[in-house]
Amino acid sequence: MKRVYVNEAVCIGCHLCEVYCQLQHAQSKDLVKLFKRENPRTLPRLRVEERGIVSFSVRCQQCDEAPCVQACLTGALARDSLSGTVAVDPERCIGCWTCLLFCPLGAIRQNEGQDKMIKCDLCPGEEVPVCVTNCPNEALAYVEV
Amino acid sequence: MARTVKTKYLVIGNSAGGIGAAESIREADRKGKLILISDEPYPAYSRPLIAEHLAEGRPLEKMLYRPADFYEKNGISVMLGRKVTALDSQNHIVKLADGKTIDWQKLLLATGGSPIVPAIEGTDLNGVFTFTTLDDARAIDDFLNQYHREVRAVVIGGGLIGMSATDALVKRKVRVTVVELKDRILNTILDEEASALEAAALEQAGVDIITGQTVQRIDSSLTSEIGGVTLEDGRSIGCEMVVLAIGVRPRLELVNGGGMKTNRGIVVDRHMATSETDIYACGDVAEGYDFIYGENRLTPVWPNAYIGGRVAGLNMAGTPMEYSGGTAVNALKYFGENVVSAGVVAPPDGGYEVIANKTGHIYKKVVLKDGLIIGMVLAGDIETSGIVYNLMKDRVDVSGFKEVLVDDDFGLVSLPESIWRPMLEIPADIKEASVTSVEPPEEVLVGE
Repeated sequence: MKRVYVNEAVCIGCHLCEVYCQLQHAQSKDLVKLFKRENPRTLPRLRVEERGIVSFSVRCQQCDEAPCVQACLTGALARDSLSGTVAVDPERCIGCWTCLLFCPLGAIRQNEGQDKMIKCDLCPGEEVPVCVTNCPNEALAYVEV
Repeated sequence: MARTVKTKYLVIGNSAGGIGAAESIREADRKGKLILISDEPYPAYSRPLIAEHLAEGRPLEKMLYRPADFYEKNGISVMLGRKVTALDSQNHIVKLADGKTIDWQKLLLATGGSPIVPAIEGTDLNGVFTFTTLDDARAIDDFLNQYHREVRAVVIGGGLIGMSATDALVKRKVRVTVVELKDRILNTILDEEASALEAAALEQAGVDIITGQTVQRIDSSLTSEIGGVTLEDGRSIGCEMVVLAIGVRPRLELVNGGGMKTNRGIVVDRHMATSETDIYACGDVAEGYDFIYGENRLTPVWPNAYIGGRVAGLNMAGTPMEYSGGTAVNALKYFGENVVSAGVVAPPDGGYEVIANKTGHIYKKVVLKDGLIIGMVLAGDIETSGIVYNLMKDRVDVSGFKEVLVDDDFGLVSLPESIWRPMLEIPADIKEASVTSVEPPEEVLVGE
Protein backbone atom coordinates (compact mmCIF):
# COMPACT_ATOMS: atom_id res chain seq x y z
CA MET A 1 0.00 0.00 0.00
CA LYS A 2 0.99 3.62 -0.39
CA ARG A 3 2.39 5.45 2.57
CA VAL A 4 3.51 9.00 3.33
CA TYR A 5 7.25 9.34 3.82
CA VAL A 6 9.31 12.24 4.97
CA ASN A 7 12.17 13.81 3.09
CA GLU A 8 13.72 15.55 6.06
CA ALA A 9 16.49 17.26 4.09
CA VAL A 10 14.03 19.59 2.40
CA CYS A 11 11.47 20.10 5.17
CA ILE A 12 11.51 23.72 6.25
CA GLY A 13 9.20 23.27 9.24
CA CYS A 14 6.47 25.49 7.80
CA HIS A 15 3.66 23.48 9.48
CA LEU A 16 1.44 23.75 6.38
CA CYS A 17 0.93 19.98 6.50
CA GLU A 18 -0.67 20.42 9.91
CA VAL A 19 -2.87 23.24 8.71
CA TYR A 20 -4.09 21.36 5.61
CA CYS A 21 -4.66 18.21 7.65
CA GLN A 22 -6.74 20.16 10.11
CA LEU A 23 -8.71 21.81 7.34
CA GLN A 24 -9.33 18.51 5.58
CA HIS A 25 -10.84 17.00 8.71
CA ALA A 26 -12.66 20.10 9.92
CA GLN A 27 -16.44 20.23 10.18
CA SER A 28 -16.64 23.56 8.40
CA LYS A 29 -13.96 23.01 5.71
CA ASP A 30 -13.24 26.68 6.20
CA LEU A 31 -9.91 27.78 7.59
CA VAL A 32 -11.13 30.90 9.35
CA LYS A 33 -14.13 29.17 10.91
CA LEU A 34 -11.94 26.25 11.90
CA PHE A 35 -9.51 28.34 13.86
CA LYS A 36 -11.95 30.92 15.20
CA ARG A 37 -15.27 29.31 15.73
CA GLU A 38 -15.16 25.54 15.64
CA ASN A 39 -15.80 23.99 18.99
CA PRO A 40 -14.41 21.47 19.65
CA ARG A 41 -11.73 22.39 17.16
CA THR A 42 -10.42 19.72 14.81
CA LEU A 43 -6.77 19.05 15.55
CA PRO A 44 -4.17 17.91 13.02
CA ARG A 45 -3.62 14.17 12.77
CA LEU A 46 0.09 14.62 12.30
CA ARG A 47 2.75 16.54 14.18
CA VAL A 48 5.64 18.68 13.02
CA GLU A 49 8.72 18.15 15.14
CA GLU A 50 11.65 20.54 15.15
CA ARG A 51 15.03 20.63 16.80
CA GLY A 52 17.60 23.14 15.59
CA ILE A 53 17.78 22.89 11.82
CA VAL A 54 16.09 19.50 11.71
CA SER A 55 12.37 19.34 11.11
CA PHE A 56 9.88 16.77 9.83
CA SER A 57 6.28 15.78 10.23
CA VAL A 58 5.24 12.56 11.91
CA ARG A 59 2.07 10.64 11.15
CA CYS A 60 0.76 7.08 11.36
CA GLN A 61 2.75 4.80 9.04
CA GLN A 62 -0.11 2.27 8.82
CA CYS A 63 2.22 -0.43 10.22
CA ASP A 64 1.74 -3.97 8.93
CA GLU A 65 1.67 -5.58 12.36
CA ALA A 66 0.15 -2.49 13.90
CA PRO A 67 0.84 -2.40 17.65
CA CYS A 68 -2.05 0.01 18.20
CA VAL A 69 -4.54 -2.43 16.66
CA GLN A 70 -3.20 -5.27 18.77
CA ALA A 71 -3.32 -3.17 21.92
CA CYS A 72 -6.75 -1.58 21.40
CA LEU A 73 -8.96 -2.49 24.35
CA THR A 74 -12.27 -2.09 22.61
CA GLY A 75 -11.69 -3.23 19.05
CA ALA A 76 -12.17 0.33 17.82
CA LEU A 77 -8.93 0.10 15.87
CA ALA A 78 -8.76 -2.28 12.94
CA ARG A 79 -7.19 -2.55 9.55
CA ASP A 80 -9.61 -1.43 6.89
CA SER A 81 -9.82 -4.30 4.43
CA LEU A 82 -10.42 -2.04 1.43
CA SER A 83 -7.96 0.81 1.91
CA GLY A 84 -5.42 -1.09 3.99
CA THR A 85 -5.20 1.81 6.44
CA VAL A 86 -5.38 1.42 10.19
CA ALA A 87 -8.78 2.91 10.88
CA VAL A 88 -10.56 3.89 14.07
CA ASP A 89 -14.26 3.62 14.76
CA PRO A 90 -14.83 6.75 16.87
CA GLU A 91 -18.05 5.25 18.25
CA ARG A 92 -16.09 2.49 19.91
CA CYS A 93 -13.04 4.51 20.96
CA ILE A 94 -13.21 5.41 24.64
CA GLY A 95 -9.98 7.39 24.78
CA CYS A 96 -8.21 4.93 27.05
CA TRP A 97 -4.88 5.86 25.38
CA THR A 98 -3.53 2.33 25.26
CA CYS A 99 -2.89 2.71 21.51
CA LEU A 100 -0.89 5.82 22.11
CA LEU A 101 1.34 4.03 24.59
CA PHE A 102 2.06 1.28 22.05
CA CYS A 103 2.78 3.52 19.03
CA PRO A 104 6.53 3.57 18.31
CA LEU A 105 6.20 6.88 16.43
CA GLY A 106 4.06 8.70 18.94
CA ALA A 107 1.84 9.29 15.92
CA ILE A 108 -1.51 8.93 17.63
CA ARG A 109 -3.03 12.11 18.95
CA GLN A 110 -5.72 13.06 21.40
CA ASN A 111 -8.68 15.06 20.14
CA GLU A 112 -9.40 18.42 21.66
CA GLY A 113 -11.87 17.03 24.16
CA GLN A 114 -9.29 14.40 25.10
CA ASP A 115 -11.87 11.64 24.90
CA LYS A 116 -11.03 10.06 21.52
CA MET A 117 -7.86 9.20 19.72
CA ILE A 118 -7.30 10.65 16.26
CA LYS A 119 -4.88 9.45 13.64
CA CYS A 120 -3.89 9.84 10.02
CA ASP A 121 -6.44 8.28 7.67
CA LEU A 122 -4.54 9.13 4.45
CA CYS A 123 -7.44 11.43 3.47
CA PRO A 124 -10.16 9.11 2.14
CA GLY A 125 -11.56 10.40 -1.13
CA GLU A 126 -8.35 12.17 -2.08
CA GLU A 127 -5.95 10.72 -4.59
CA VAL A 128 -3.02 11.98 -2.53
CA PRO A 129 -3.22 12.99 1.14
CA VAL A 130 -3.53 16.74 1.51
CA CYS A 131 -0.38 17.10 3.57
CA VAL A 132 1.60 15.75 0.61
CA THR A 133 -0.26 17.77 -2.02
CA ASN A 134 0.23 21.00 -0.15
CA CYS A 135 3.80 20.60 1.02
CA PRO A 136 5.48 23.58 -0.69
CA ASN A 137 8.90 21.97 -0.68
CA GLU A 138 8.12 18.37 -1.61
CA ALA A 139 9.31 17.22 1.78
CA LEU A 140 6.56 14.62 1.79
CA ALA A 141 6.14 11.77 -0.66
CA TYR A 142 3.24 9.40 -1.14
CA VAL A 143 4.89 6.21 -2.29
CA GLU A 144 4.01 2.58 -2.83
CA VAL A 145 6.34 0.48 -0.73
CA MET B 1 -26.14 -39.30 25.76
CA ALA B 2 -22.60 -38.04 25.78
CA ARG B 3 -21.30 -37.02 22.39
CA THR B 4 -17.80 -36.38 21.15
CA VAL B 5 -16.91 -33.60 18.78
CA LYS B 6 -13.58 -33.61 16.98
CA THR B 7 -11.72 -30.42 16.20
CA LYS B 8 -8.30 -29.38 15.02
CA TYR B 9 -8.12 -26.33 17.25
CA LEU B 10 -9.84 -25.73 20.54
CA VAL B 11 -9.65 -22.33 22.21
CA ILE B 12 -10.99 -22.05 25.74
CA GLY B 13 -11.71 -18.41 26.47
CA ASN B 14 -13.45 -15.76 24.42
CA SER B 15 -11.68 -12.59 25.46
CA ALA B 16 -8.53 -10.81 24.22
CA GLY B 17 -6.30 -13.91 24.26
CA GLY B 18 -8.82 -16.30 22.73
CA ILE B 19 -9.72 -13.84 19.98
CA GLY B 20 -6.06 -13.05 19.29
CA ALA B 21 -5.45 -16.75 18.77
CA ALA B 22 -8.58 -17.34 16.70
CA GLU B 23 -7.59 -14.50 14.37
CA SER B 24 -4.03 -15.68 13.88
CA ILE B 25 -5.05 -19.32 13.46
CA ARG B 26 -7.30 -18.14 10.63
CA GLU B 27 -4.47 -16.13 9.08
CA ALA B 28 -2.35 -19.26 8.91
CA ASP B 29 -5.06 -21.88 8.36
CA ARG B 30 -8.32 -20.84 6.70
CA LYS B 31 -9.87 -24.29 6.85
CA GLY B 32 -8.89 -26.28 9.94
CA LYS B 33 -11.81 -26.78 12.30
CA LEU B 34 -11.73 -24.26 15.12
CA ILE B 35 -13.94 -24.34 18.19
CA LEU B 36 -13.97 -21.47 20.64
CA ILE B 37 -15.69 -22.09 23.93
CA SER B 38 -16.55 -19.77 26.78
CA ASP B 39 -18.50 -20.03 30.01
CA GLU B 40 -19.81 -16.52 29.42
CA PRO B 41 -22.96 -16.32 27.30
CA TYR B 42 -21.87 -13.28 25.26
CA PRO B 43 -19.92 -12.80 22.06
CA ALA B 44 -16.45 -11.37 22.76
CA TYR B 45 -16.84 -7.99 24.41
CA SER B 46 -14.32 -5.48 25.61
CA ARG B 47 -13.96 -6.21 29.30
CA PRO B 48 -12.71 -2.73 30.20
CA LEU B 49 -16.00 -1.40 28.82
CA ILE B 50 -17.99 -2.90 31.68
CA ALA B 51 -17.19 0.39 33.44
CA GLU B 52 -18.93 2.28 30.62
CA HIS B 53 -21.81 -0.19 30.82
CA LEU B 54 -22.26 0.53 34.50
CA ALA B 55 -21.62 4.27 34.25
CA GLU B 56 -23.71 5.18 31.25
CA GLY B 57 -25.59 2.06 30.23
CA ARG B 58 -23.47 1.33 27.15
CA PRO B 59 -25.28 -1.64 25.55
CA LEU B 60 -23.59 -4.93 24.70
CA GLU B 61 -23.79 -4.18 20.95
CA LYS B 62 -21.51 -1.22 21.54
CA MET B 63 -19.15 -3.23 23.70
CA LEU B 64 -18.38 -5.92 21.15
CA TYR B 65 -14.67 -6.50 20.71
CA ARG B 66 -15.23 -7.76 17.19
CA PRO B 67 -18.05 -7.22 14.69
CA ALA B 68 -21.17 -9.32 15.22
CA ASP B 69 -20.41 -11.53 12.21
CA PHE B 70 -16.85 -12.26 13.36
CA TYR B 71 -17.30 -15.95 14.20
CA GLU B 72 -19.31 -16.75 11.12
CA LYS B 73 -17.01 -14.88 8.78
CA ASN B 74 -13.97 -16.65 10.15
CA GLY B 75 -15.49 -20.10 10.26
CA ILE B 76 -15.27 -20.37 14.03
CA SER B 77 -17.69 -22.68 15.83
CA VAL B 78 -18.41 -20.75 18.96
CA MET B 79 -19.89 -22.39 22.03
CA LEU B 80 -21.05 -19.75 24.50
CA GLY B 81 -22.27 -20.26 28.03
CA ARG B 82 -20.61 -23.68 28.09
CA LYS B 83 -18.25 -24.73 30.81
CA VAL B 84 -15.27 -27.02 30.41
CA THR B 85 -15.00 -29.14 33.53
CA ALA B 86 -12.07 -31.44 32.88
CA LEU B 87 -8.96 -31.61 30.75
CA ASP B 88 -7.27 -34.83 29.76
CA SER B 89 -3.99 -33.69 28.23
CA GLN B 90 -2.75 -37.19 27.45
CA ASN B 91 -5.74 -38.13 25.35
CA HIS B 92 -6.33 -34.64 23.97
CA ILE B 93 -9.86 -34.44 25.32
CA VAL B 94 -11.87 -31.96 27.34
CA LYS B 95 -15.16 -32.64 29.07
CA LEU B 96 -17.96 -30.13 29.30
CA ALA B 97 -20.44 -29.64 32.13
CA ASP B 98 -23.21 -31.13 29.99
CA GLY B 99 -21.29 -34.37 29.53
CA LYS B 100 -20.15 -33.63 25.99
CA THR B 101 -16.51 -34.21 25.14
CA ILE B 102 -14.32 -32.43 22.63
CA ASP B 103 -11.42 -34.18 21.02
CA TRP B 104 -8.78 -31.64 19.94
CA GLN B 105 -5.40 -31.62 18.23
CA LYS B 106 -4.17 -28.24 19.51
CA LEU B 107 -5.54 -26.58 22.61
CA LEU B 108 -5.27 -23.01 23.89
CA LEU B 109 -6.03 -22.19 27.50
CA ALA B 110 -7.09 -18.55 27.56
CA THR B 111 -9.21 -18.93 30.65
CA GLY B 112 -8.20 -15.62 32.20
CA GLY B 113 -8.39 -14.81 35.86
CA SER B 114 -11.07 -14.84 38.49
CA PRO B 115 -11.52 -12.16 41.13
CA ILE B 116 -9.96 -12.85 44.49
CA VAL B 117 -12.53 -13.06 47.26
CA PRO B 118 -10.89 -12.33 50.60
CA ALA B 119 -11.47 -14.69 53.49
CA ILE B 120 -13.52 -12.26 55.54
CA GLU B 121 -16.94 -12.48 57.08
CA GLY B 122 -19.88 -11.27 55.04
CA THR B 123 -18.74 -11.79 51.46
CA ASP B 124 -21.91 -13.80 50.85
CA LEU B 125 -24.20 -10.89 51.68
CA ASN B 126 -26.49 -9.18 49.22
CA GLY B 127 -24.70 -6.17 47.80
CA VAL B 128 -21.22 -7.70 47.64
CA PHE B 129 -19.87 -7.63 44.10
CA THR B 130 -16.81 -8.27 42.03
CA PHE B 131 -16.09 -6.23 38.89
CA THR B 132 -14.53 -8.17 36.06
CA THR B 133 -17.37 -9.32 33.82
CA LEU B 134 -20.42 -7.86 32.11
CA ASP B 135 -22.60 -9.87 34.48
CA ASP B 136 -20.84 -8.19 37.40
CA ALA B 137 -21.62 -4.77 35.93
CA ARG B 138 -25.23 -5.81 35.27
CA ALA B 139 -25.64 -7.07 38.83
CA ILE B 140 -24.37 -3.77 40.24
CA ASP B 141 -26.63 -1.85 37.87
CA ASP B 142 -29.67 -3.86 39.01
CA PHE B 143 -28.69 -3.31 42.60
CA LEU B 144 -28.35 0.46 42.20
CA ASN B 145 -31.64 0.69 40.36
CA GLN B 146 -33.49 -0.43 43.51
CA TYR B 147 -32.46 2.72 45.31
CA HIS B 148 -33.95 6.16 44.98
CA ARG B 149 -31.51 7.75 47.37
CA GLU B 150 -27.76 8.06 47.52
CA VAL B 151 -26.01 4.71 47.77
CA ARG B 152 -22.74 4.34 49.64
CA ALA B 153 -20.15 1.85 48.45
CA VAL B 154 -16.91 0.57 49.86
CA VAL B 155 -14.43 -0.54 47.22
CA ILE B 156 -11.89 -2.93 48.69
CA GLY B 157 -8.65 -2.53 46.75
CA GLY B 158 -7.16 0.59 45.20
CA GLY B 159 -5.75 -1.06 42.09
CA LEU B 160 -6.95 -0.84 38.50
CA ILE B 161 -10.18 -2.78 39.01
CA GLY B 162 -10.92 -0.70 42.07
CA MET B 163 -10.33 2.53 40.14
CA SER B 164 -12.43 1.40 37.24
CA ALA B 165 -15.31 0.45 39.56
CA THR B 166 -14.94 3.68 41.55
CA ASP B 167 -14.95 5.83 38.42
CA ALA B 168 -18.13 4.15 37.19
CA LEU B 169 -19.85 4.27 40.58
CA VAL B 170 -19.08 7.97 41.01
CA LYS B 171 -20.67 8.59 37.61
CA ARG B 172 -23.73 6.82 39.01
CA LYS B 173 -23.70 9.27 41.94
CA VAL B 174 -22.64 6.62 44.41
CA ARG B 175 -20.65 7.84 47.40
CA VAL B 176 -17.48 5.74 47.34
CA THR B 177 -14.84 4.93 49.94
CA VAL B 178 -11.77 3.12 48.66
CA VAL B 179 -9.92 0.97 51.18
CA GLU B 180 -6.36 0.15 50.16
CA LEU B 181 -4.07 -2.14 52.14
CA LYS B 182 -0.82 -0.47 51.08
CA ASP B 183 0.09 3.14 51.78
CA ARG B 184 -1.18 4.48 48.44
CA ILE B 185 -3.59 3.64 45.64
CA LEU B 186 -2.38 2.09 42.37
CA ASN B 187 0.86 1.22 44.15
CA THR B 188 1.78 -1.65 41.84
CA ILE B 189 1.60 0.37 38.62
CA LEU B 190 2.37 3.95 39.65
CA ASP B 191 5.12 5.69 41.58
CA GLU B 192 4.38 7.98 44.51
CA GLU B 193 4.02 11.15 42.43
CA ALA B 194 1.57 9.73 39.91
CA SER B 195 -0.29 7.89 42.64
CA ALA B 196 -0.73 11.17 44.49
CA LEU B 197 -2.06 12.81 41.30
CA GLU B 198 -4.65 10.06 40.98
CA ALA B 199 -5.54 10.27 44.66
CA ALA B 200 -6.06 14.02 44.35
CA ALA B 201 -8.30 13.52 41.32
CA LEU B 202 -10.34 10.93 43.24
CA GLU B 203 -10.72 13.17 46.26
CA GLN B 204 -11.70 16.05 43.99
CA ALA B 205 -14.50 13.80 42.73
CA GLY B 206 -15.67 13.25 46.30
CA VAL B 207 -14.16 9.82 46.87
CA ASP B 208 -12.78 8.99 50.31
CA ILE B 209 -9.54 7.04 50.31
CA ILE B 210 -8.39 5.06 53.32
CA THR B 211 -4.90 3.59 52.99
CA GLY B 212 -2.89 1.23 55.13
CA GLN B 213 -6.10 -0.48 56.15
CA THR B 214 -8.08 -3.51 55.30
CA VAL B 215 -11.67 -4.55 55.76
CA GLN B 216 -11.98 -7.08 58.55
CA ARG B 217 -15.60 -7.95 57.98
CA ILE B 218 -18.67 -6.88 56.10
CA ASP B 219 -21.48 -6.21 58.53
CA SER B 220 -25.10 -7.00 57.94
CA SER B 221 -27.93 -4.78 59.07
CA LEU B 222 -31.01 -6.72 58.14
CA THR B 223 -30.83 -10.33 57.22
CA SER B 224 -28.43 -10.67 54.32
CA GLU B 225 -28.28 -6.89 53.66
CA ILE B 226 -25.10 -4.87 54.11
CA GLY B 227 -24.95 -2.30 56.88
CA GLY B 228 -21.33 -1.36 56.54
CA VAL B 229 -17.80 -2.64 56.91
CA THR B 230 -15.48 -2.83 59.87
CA LEU B 231 -11.84 -2.02 59.29
CA GLU B 232 -8.95 -3.71 61.02
CA ASP B 233 -8.44 -0.70 63.27
CA GLY B 234 -12.02 -1.04 64.49
CA ARG B 235 -13.47 1.85 62.50
CA SER B 236 -16.76 1.17 60.81
CA ILE B 237 -17.96 2.68 57.56
CA GLY B 238 -21.63 2.63 56.69
CA CYS B 239 -22.47 1.42 53.19
CA GLU B 240 -25.06 -0.46 51.19
CA MET B 241 -22.67 -2.19 48.83
CA VAL B 242 -19.13 -3.53 48.66
CA VAL B 243 -16.96 -4.13 45.60
CA LEU B 244 -14.18 -6.69 46.01
CA ALA B 245 -11.35 -5.40 43.86
CA ILE B 246 -8.28 -6.96 45.38
CA GLY B 247 -7.14 -8.48 42.13
CA VAL B 248 -7.55 -11.54 39.98
CA ARG B 249 -5.84 -14.88 40.12
CA PRO B 250 -5.23 -17.17 37.17
CA ARG B 251 -8.02 -19.67 36.59
CA LEU B 252 -6.10 -22.88 36.91
CA GLU B 253 -8.97 -25.26 37.74
CA LEU B 254 -8.51 -27.25 34.55
CA VAL B 255 -4.81 -27.89 35.07
CA ASN B 256 -4.60 -28.16 38.84
CA GLY B 257 -3.57 -31.63 39.93
CA GLY B 258 -2.31 -32.50 36.46
CA GLY B 259 1.26 -32.57 35.28
CA MET B 260 1.32 -29.16 33.64
CA LYS B 261 4.04 -26.84 34.86
CA THR B 262 2.53 -23.95 36.79
CA ASN B 263 3.84 -21.30 39.07
CA ARG B 264 1.39 -18.52 39.89
CA GLY B 265 0.03 -19.05 36.40
CA ILE B 266 0.60 -21.58 33.64
CA VAL B 267 4.25 -21.37 32.63
CA VAL B 268 4.69 -20.93 28.88
CA ASP B 269 7.76 -20.74 26.67
CA ARG B 270 8.45 -18.10 24.03
CA HIS B 271 6.04 -19.90 21.70
CA MET B 272 3.34 -19.66 24.37
CA ALA B 273 3.49 -23.47 24.65
CA THR B 274 2.91 -25.07 28.04
CA SER B 275 4.90 -28.00 29.37
CA GLU B 276 2.28 -30.35 27.89
CA THR B 277 2.47 -31.27 24.23
CA ASP B 278 0.02 -29.44 21.96
CA ILE B 279 -1.30 -27.22 24.76
CA TYR B 280 -0.73 -23.48 24.73
CA ALA B 281 -1.73 -20.73 27.13
CA CYS B 282 -1.94 -16.95 27.05
CA GLY B 283 -3.44 -13.97 28.80
CA ASP B 284 -4.16 -13.60 32.49
CA VAL B 285 -3.87 -17.33 33.13
CA ALA B 286 -0.36 -17.58 31.72
CA GLU B 287 3.06 -16.58 32.93
CA GLY B 288 4.75 -15.39 29.79
CA TYR B 289 8.09 -13.77 29.17
CA ASP B 290 8.52 -10.33 30.71
CA PHE B 291 11.18 -8.40 28.78
CA ILE B 292 12.01 -6.16 31.73
CA TYR B 293 12.65 -8.90 34.23
CA GLY B 294 14.00 -11.32 31.62
CA GLU B 295 11.88 -14.08 33.11
CA ASN B 296 8.35 -15.37 33.15
CA ARG B 297 5.79 -13.33 35.05
CA LEU B 298 2.09 -12.69 35.21
CA THR B 299 1.33 -9.52 33.26
CA PRO B 300 -2.46 -9.51 33.30
CA VAL B 301 -3.20 -6.68 30.89
CA TRP B 302 -5.40 -6.75 27.82
CA PRO B 303 -2.83 -5.99 25.07
CA ASN B 304 -0.44 -8.67 26.33
CA ALA B 305 -3.28 -11.20 26.28
CA TYR B 306 -4.11 -10.36 22.68
CA ILE B 307 -0.48 -10.43 21.54
CA GLY B 308 0.23 -13.65 23.44
CA GLY B 309 -2.88 -15.19 21.92
CA ARG B 310 -1.80 -14.14 18.47
CA VAL B 311 1.59 -15.80 18.94
CA ALA B 312 0.01 -18.94 20.39
CA GLY B 313 -2.41 -19.20 17.47
CA LEU B 314 0.31 -18.93 14.84
CA ASN B 315 2.33 -21.64 16.55
CA MET B 316 -0.72 -23.86 16.91
CA ALA B 317 -1.33 -23.50 13.19
CA GLY B 318 2.24 -24.47 12.39
CA THR B 319 3.72 -21.02 11.71
CA PRO B 320 6.58 -20.65 14.18
CA MET B 321 6.49 -17.31 15.96
CA GLU B 322 8.25 -16.08 19.04
CA TYR B 323 6.61 -13.94 21.72
CA SER B 324 8.74 -10.83 22.08
CA GLY B 325 7.51 -10.52 25.61
CA GLY B 326 5.33 -8.17 27.56
CA THR B 327 5.49 -6.30 30.77
CA ALA B 328 3.08 -4.49 33.06
CA VAL B 329 1.78 -1.70 30.84
CA ASN B 330 -1.22 0.50 31.55
CA ALA B 331 -2.96 3.62 30.35
CA LEU B 332 -5.38 5.23 32.77
CA LYS B 333 -7.99 7.89 32.21
CA TYR B 334 -9.90 7.83 35.47
CA PHE B 335 -11.40 11.07 36.74
CA GLY B 336 -10.01 13.02 33.81
CA GLU B 337 -6.40 12.26 34.71
CA ASN B 338 -4.37 10.86 31.79
CA VAL B 339 -1.59 8.63 33.06
CA VAL B 340 0.49 5.92 31.41
CA SER B 341 2.93 3.56 33.06
CA ALA B 342 5.05 0.55 32.18
CA GLY B 343 7.69 -1.64 33.73
CA VAL B 344 9.35 -0.87 37.04
CA VAL B 345 8.06 2.53 38.11
CA ALA B 346 9.30 2.67 41.68
CA PRO B 347 12.83 1.24 41.81
CA PRO B 348 13.31 -0.99 44.84
CA ASP B 349 16.81 0.29 45.70
CA GLY B 350 19.52 2.74 44.69
CA GLY B 351 20.91 0.68 41.82
CA TYR B 352 18.75 2.55 39.32
CA GLU B 353 18.87 5.90 37.66
CA VAL B 354 15.74 8.01 37.75
CA ILE B 355 15.19 10.94 35.41
CA ALA B 356 12.10 13.01 36.05
CA ASN B 357 10.53 16.26 34.98
CA LYS B 358 7.59 17.84 36.72
CA THR B 359 6.23 21.05 35.29
CA GLY B 360 2.85 22.17 36.50
CA HIS B 361 0.37 19.40 35.81
CA ILE B 362 2.78 17.46 33.62
CA TYR B 363 4.90 14.70 35.05
CA LYS B 364 7.38 12.49 33.20
CA LYS B 365 9.72 9.95 34.62
CA VAL B 366 11.89 7.14 33.32
CA VAL B 367 13.79 4.56 35.33
CA LEU B 368 17.06 3.30 33.86
CA LYS B 369 19.38 0.43 34.61
CA ASP B 370 22.63 -0.13 32.73
CA GLY B 371 21.59 2.31 30.03
CA LEU B 372 18.26 0.60 29.37
CA ILE B 373 14.83 1.96 30.22
CA ILE B 374 13.14 -0.39 32.65
CA GLY B 375 10.23 1.74 33.72
CA MET B 376 8.23 4.84 32.82
CA VAL B 377 5.40 6.97 34.17
CA LEU B 378 3.88 9.94 32.41
CA ALA B 379 0.97 12.08 33.44
CA GLY B 380 -0.69 14.99 31.70
CA ASP B 381 1.28 15.00 28.47
CA ILE B 382 1.22 11.42 27.20
CA GLU B 383 0.99 11.74 23.39
CA THR B 384 4.56 10.68 22.65
CA SER B 385 4.83 8.13 25.47
CA GLY B 386 4.76 5.30 22.93
CA ILE B 387 8.19 6.31 21.68
CA VAL B 388 9.61 5.78 25.17
CA TYR B 389 7.72 2.51 25.63
CA ASN B 390 9.10 1.12 22.38
CA LEU B 391 12.67 2.15 23.26
CA MET B 392 12.13 0.22 26.46
CA LYS B 393 10.60 -2.76 24.70
CA ASP B 394 13.31 -2.87 22.04
CA ARG B 395 16.02 -2.68 24.74
CA VAL B 396 17.67 0.34 23.14
CA ASP B 397 20.66 1.76 25.01
CA VAL B 398 19.57 5.30 25.76
CA SER B 399 22.53 6.38 27.89
CA GLY B 400 23.69 8.85 25.23
CA PHE B 401 20.43 10.81 25.21
CA LYS B 402 18.55 9.79 28.35
CA GLU B 403 17.82 13.36 29.52
CA VAL B 404 15.65 14.16 26.50
CA LEU B 405 13.22 11.34 27.30
CA VAL B 406 11.40 13.50 29.84
CA ASP B 407 11.60 16.78 27.89
CA ASP B 408 8.43 18.84 27.66
CA ASP B 409 8.40 18.67 23.86
CA PHE B 410 9.84 15.17 23.57
CA GLY B 411 9.33 13.57 20.17
CA LEU B 412 11.14 11.45 17.60
CA VAL B 413 13.31 14.45 16.71
CA SER B 414 14.70 14.37 20.25
CA LEU B 415 16.30 11.01 19.47
CA PRO B 416 19.52 10.38 17.54
CA GLU B 417 19.09 10.59 13.79
CA SER B 418 19.99 6.92 13.44
CA ILE B 419 16.75 6.07 15.24
CA TRP B 420 14.21 8.39 13.64
CA ARG B 421 15.47 8.44 10.05
CA PRO B 422 14.67 4.79 9.21
CA MET B 423 11.25 5.15 10.82
CA LEU B 424 10.15 8.06 8.64
CA GLU B 425 12.04 8.08 5.37
CA ILE B 426 11.46 6.04 2.25
CA PRO B 427 13.44 2.82 2.50
CA ALA B 428 16.63 3.52 0.51
CA ASP B 429 16.23 0.54 -1.83
CA ILE B 430 13.04 1.88 -3.35
CA LYS B 431 13.66 5.56 -3.10
CA GLU B 432 12.48 6.97 -6.39
CA ALA B 433 14.56 9.32 -8.42
CA SER B 434 11.66 11.73 -8.60
CA VAL B 435 11.82 12.55 -4.91
CA THR B 436 13.19 15.99 -4.29
CA SER B 437 16.66 16.10 -2.90
CA VAL B 438 18.92 18.87 -1.77
CA GLU B 439 20.68 20.40 -4.76
CA PRO B 440 23.95 22.27 -4.58
CA PRO B 441 23.21 26.00 -4.26
CA GLU B 442 23.39 28.03 -7.40
CA GLU B 443 26.54 30.02 -7.73
CA VAL B 444 25.88 33.60 -6.80
CA LEU B 445 27.69 36.09 -8.91
CA VAL B 446 28.20 39.37 -7.21
CA GLY B 447 29.59 42.54 -8.68
CA GLU B 448 31.12 41.26 -11.86
